[in-house]
Amino acid sequence: MWKTLKQIGSVGIVTERPPLVSDELRVREHLQAQILATLGRALCIRQVDAGSCNGCELEIHALSNAFYNIEGLGIRFVASPRHADLLLVTGPVSRHMELALKRTYDATPEPKLVVAVGDCGATGGIFGCSYASVGAVANVIPVNVAVPGCPPSPNRILAAILTAITPAADARR
Amino acid sequence: MATRKWLDRSQPLAGAPGARGLDVAAAEWRQCALDFAAGGNRLQALWTECTPGPAARALYGGTDFLLLVTLPLAGGETEYPGIADVFPAAARMQRAAADLTGLRASGADARPWLRHAAWPVDYRPLAATMQPAGEVEARADDYAFVRVTGDGVHEIPVGPVHAGIIEPGHFRFSVVGEKVLRLEERLGYVHKGIEQLFVRTPLIEGHRLAARVSGDSAVAYSWAYCQALEALAACAVPPRGQWLRALALEAERIANHLGDLGALGNDAGFAFGLAQFSRLKELWLRAMQAALGGRYLNDFVVPGGVGADAEPQRIAQLAACARTIETETRVLREIFDEHAGVRDRFVGTGIVTAELTTELGLVGLAARASGYDYDLRADLPCAPYDQLAVRKSVRPEGDVAARVAVRFDELFESVRLVAAIAAELPPGDLRGGGTIPAAGATAVGAIEGWRGPVLVALTAGEDGAIRRCHPHDPSWQNWPALEHAIIGNIVPDFPLINKSFNLSYSGHDL
Repeated sequence: MWKTLKQIGSVGIVTERPPLVSDELRVREHLQAQILATLGRALCIRQVDAGSCNGCELEIHALSNAFYNIEGLGIRFVASPRHADLLLVTGPVSRHMELALKRTYDATPEPKLVVAVGDCGATGGIFGCSYASVGAVANVIPVNVAVPGCPPSPNRILAAILTAITPAADARR
Repeated sequence: MATRKWLDRSQPLAGAPGARGLDVAAAEWRQCALDFAAGGNRLQALWTECTPGPAARALYGGTDFLLLVTLPLAGGETEYPGIADVFPAAARMQRAAADLTGLRASGADARPWLRHAAWPVDYRPLAATMQPAGEVEARADDYAFVRVTGDGVHEIPVGPVHAGIIEPGHFRFSVVGEKVLRLEERLGYVHKGIEQLFVRTPLIEGHRLAARVSGDSAVAYSWAYCQALEALAACAVPPRGQWLRALALEAERIANHLGDLGALGNDAGFAFGLAQFSRLKELWLRAMQAALGGRYLNDFVVPGGVGADAEPQRIAQLAACARTIETETRVLREIFDEHAGVRDRFVGTGIVTAELTTELGLVGLAARASGYDYDLRADLPCAPYDQLAVRKSVRPEGDVAARVAVRFDELFESVRLVAAIAAELPPGDLRGGGTIPAAGATAVGAIEGWRGPVLVALTAGEDGAIRRCHPHDPSWQNWPALEHAIIGNIVPDFPLINKSFNLSYSGHDL
């Protein structure tokens, strides 16, 4: 126990604090305000791998590390679409996942948002469309924001989540 | 030894060290399998081809060879002798081959494996020159899972969409109370048609697609592909290119092990482990970005060498970061080892015995945690591993704790390799040139990725095209072992056992 506590104490808090005036800070404050305005509680995300190579998933995982600390921003990954406000979907959508993705979307309560992650989620990427792939996420369910990259960095994915919840908030006003 | 006669008949094959090739007749195909199995060798891969004529191919791996055995079939012939009774790992490979080419193994499980309901039953992706005609409606299909019956037995279906941030697949548990009687996996959900796509990709660009077969093993795949291509193209990779590839491969191994060690702590209810290892992984990814140009090195390995150079100062910083990570990881390992709750969850959980490992033909990290002393980097080293004297990490126990211990040991060894490469990185060119390969020539690439041996069999087509490219992930051999590892364990230990293997879905489903 002593070693555990010593390790926690010696590492301290590594969550990155953006400088006082910076886009980064505005993004996060704005993000928090928009979440509250839109949903009045934490934003819940259900991640769906609809055919990815697993590269995007690794960067989505990184959002939860101490540096990005996504939970500290009020955003949480949940285990069921029934609990989700936003679907974070990677692609390309394989034909074998097409139905599972549609069902996951249908199981998510309104109002709901969809962010397509990565070159493949955004456009189909290197895999495109074929007998086995339907390509972009938007070919299967409505997408609010698409973030390209192979894979996109955690900061880019976070920015995409922000972009997705902004118009939803505006539409409510 | 009976294997010797096959090896004596074989010819050297281009590509990975120790690679050899042999054509056999239908009557010899099974005897060959029986002899290699009796000699304690592994089936590394099995697949079928349609061009120029139908053929079945198997790759056997031993301590000093990789033997590609080809069984050419007569035109119109659609069946070849099955070997799943000799090598159980062949069962799913034969089913996948039947889905993709229509060439079936005799006596095989007739259920489809990679094909669900997404394309017509008579459409053979690797035999066809066109996409299937007409729209195929997305629908669920009825897969014949093996039923377990008896008093109090019930089924728990899980997936394809899982509760965590992981790849999709379906697990069907048959349980009594908490105890798992049987697990049956169903995979193929992320089948993206990669092997067909290779045929539409020029040889010179195939490494980009190879890197995206399994995103966590991008360096291993792109290197294995390039190793095969360079052998076909008579291309010599300059020393600096070779050493930078090894640096990238070890960096990839460190990143994956850090991620998995954290996740394993978390699955044992020790969130501290996830927090600490995720932090170390982020530090490492940032050091990789600074030194090698990417957090994930999808396009680092290119035909002829590497795509970008690394400044000496950045390399030194990467090595320094590796040493910091080693120091901190040693502290975390002590904490894991002394934590009663973590030990209770790790030790004796999800055991794969040495006998089962041999029987099922496990490979890579999971096999080494069950006493299988084999690592391509040490046993059949390509440059620069022939100068680095890689120390293999092997444990006999075969439980979650052993797979965790192998990860720790391999991480430390990779840190040593990063430091050695950083210190001895030779100067010079990054890439060498080559010629356009002759149509029909085949080569095999083999690289020990973090999960195990990643193999690429590549046949050149006309004018710089790909005739056939078969990438093979070590997960093929290890997925069936997970079904055994869970037997008799409780359902809540499944995520932990699963993570201790951390097998690829994308690399398997292709």
